[in-house]
Amino acid sequence: MFVSNIEEIPGKTITTCYGIVSGSTVRAKHVGRDIFASIKNIFGGELKAYTELLGESRDEALGRMKSQAQQLGANAIVNVRFSTSSVAAGAAEIYVYGTAVTVE
Amino acid sequence: MDSLIIFLVLLSLGYVFGKLAEGRHYRSIHAREEMLVRLPATSCKKPMEHSIPISHAELVHGHVVISVDYFKQMLAGLRNIFGGTIQSYETLLDRARREAILRMKERCPTANQILNLRIETSSISKGGSGDRIGAVEVLAYGTAIYFQQASPSLSHP
Repeated sequence: MFVSNIEEIPGKTITTCYGIVSGSTVRAKHVGRDIFASIKNIFGGELKAYTELLGESRDEALGRMKSQAQQLGANAIVNVRFSTSSVAAGAAEIYVYGTAVTVE
Repeated sequence: MDSLIIFLVLLSLGYVFGKLAEGRHYRSIHAREEMLVRLPATSCKKPMEHSIPISHAELVHGHVVISVDYFKQMLAGLRNIFGGTIQSYETLLDRARREAILRMKERCPTANQILNLRIETSSISKGGSGDRIGAVEVLAYGTAIYFQQASPSLSHP
């Protein structure tokens, strides 16, 4: 599966377009991480637990988008965009979307 | 009286550890930026050298969550009253963005260029009355391209 965030896959030509594919996850961190993060917030610095959490959910969202494209019979996704929004205190939604295409 | 002592302790802890952490982080950023200077990231959609054929491309991303320390939070709170630039938050965002770009580059060390770099910033749990965690998440993503001839380090082992 080729993925890019520009309008084409460099070095390939697009033959068929299947339309939008997307993947999303909503995740919350557990209380332990929250408490640790608020302690860490006194000292400043990277919140590794949150970085990890968002990384995992972003990979999952990407995976969902790719499997959706595969179901359509596409072999590439172009013009991919990420967006993050916090839906509730302590939970974040990661949304990934792009256009499924076939390239040669 | 007790709460005043706790407040002062938190303030000084935040000041000392925050300053140390920031200095350490900036040193590591400078060192890694120097190492990755041969891999340019641009916001253009076409590669800068048009003549070289591209073998393949992939999506790369890097992200980081960084929180501000207690002292800087208080400082920013004071600034809010008088107005003006909040310098402590400017360095926080600068660090987060540069770190995110570096992490993205570290995922594709053999790439030749990164096209269409986009940076997205979001604040985490802002305004929640229960937990006030002043933290930002920065996500950097782009398309890494590899030119057809293998990079020099690979072709001449």
